[in-house]
Amino acid sequence: MERYLKVPFQPEELKTMKAGDFVYITGTIYTARDAAHKRMEETLQRGEELPFPIDGSVIYYLGPSPAREGQVIGSAGPTTSGRMDKYTPRLLDLGLKGMIGKGKRSAEVRDAMIRNGAVYFAAIGGAGALLSKCITASEIIAYEDLGTEAIRKLTVKDLPVIVVMDPEGNCLYK
Amino acid sequence: MRTIQTNNITETIKEMCIEANYFLTEDMKHRLDASYQTETDPLGRQILSKLQENLEIAAKDLIPICQDTGMTVVFMEIGQDVHFEGGDLNEAIQEGVRRGYREGYLRKSVVSDPIIRENSGDNTPAVIHYDIVPGDRVKITVAPKGFGSESMSRIFMLKPADGIEGVKNAILTAVRDAGPNACPPMVIGVGIGGTFEKAALLSKKALTRDTSVPAEKSWAKELEEEMLAAINELMIGPAGLGGNTTAFAVNVETYATHIAGLPVAVNICCHVNRHSTRTI
Repeated sequence: MERYLKVPFQPEELKTMKAGDFVYITGTIYTARDAAHKRMEETLQRGEELPFPIDGSVIYYLGPSPAREGQVIGSAGPTTSGRMDKYTPRLLDLGLKGMIGKGKRSAEVRDAMIRNGAVYFAAIGGAGALLSKCITASEIIAYEDLGTEAIRKLTVKDLPVIVVMDPEGNCLYK
Repeated sequence: MRTIQTNNITETIKEMCIEANYFLTEDMKHRLDASYQTETDPLGRQILSKLQENLEIAAKDLIPICQDTGMTVVFMEIGQDVHFEGGDLNEAIQEGVRRGYREGYLRKSVVSDPIIRENSGDNTPAVIHYDIVPGDRVKITVAPKGFGSESMSRIFMLKPADGIEGVKNAILTAVRDAGPNACPPMVIGVGIGGTFEKAALLSKKALTRDTSVPAEKSWAKELEEEMLAAINELMIGPAGLGGNTTAFAVNVETYATHIAGLPVAVNICCHVNRHSTRTI
């Protein structure tokens, strides 16, 4: 099924998402990968606020290539999600509702997704040039020293993704 | 004796880093186009068409094919009659990578230390392999390697009694475990024989071989064909979402080995199998 969704997702929309759905996402999402997740975890351990409102948010596991002059962002495809598994259940419990990446997730992530009604999407790995065309604004909002791994606030329009794991825990990967 | 200036090496490496990250070799494009015709899964076909579109956008708008522009692997085949002038050759190569990644708007993906993990800021150091060969030429291959697939690569120290069946099993195990993480359709580089590190090096080199050129030895050529068919029967498919295009090619390289061993290295590459070769 093909569908167009806006972030933040509505609770009833989340419930009806099924593994295998082809979804076009529009709205504000945040990038974070390995190093940013580690910092966010440390931030939470210190009892401090995360650099963006996590409740209802969508994270794109992305470290883009640099933008040329006149470009919003460089190549912008997903990285392997499994490396973030260690940090993800806690973020899900804090209200993270969507993740965009590629590859398999752990049983702990799946359990936390079911518990919190979240969805995991795959973007097409290695299609970074194509995907960059769906990003209409990009701004570094935290951890600038991490370079490509900094947290970016992205505005996306019709970003093509596929539901790999739905809120019931059904998984498209074999 | 032929003299080559090291600044010539720097400039060449710079250009090759950029070229490899924006344009795939013709054989890889042909594999992608051909697989679009043979893919049976509708979603698989849709993904393959997006990958074709991605290559067009990358070339037209000068956006790297993939944001992971890799850790840079450089193979240097240096003719023994070549003399380098103008400074440290190793540093000349690193400077070429540095400039290529800066001027080419390529991502800096290298941390200087595997545990401390601070980004080096310029994608150096590259991993450089030197070979001394007859003649007075220098053949350079630059192969930026993404780590989604690199991280799924494996080495197996088999026993001689495991034989060719053990090799097949090792390849299928690595590919099955890699699944969607390695951004299929993949290219599989296999190194068989040598020592622990030689097998790994062969498997990396195998990825830089034109995928339309089969292995020289007849058993290795047959292994390539049989494994490609078996891998595609796993139905992992484009992006790991199902379909009969799981790999574009299997390239096998071999070497002599010890009476007690059968090393097999499986270096997995995603569909963005980047390499550029020039001879100076």
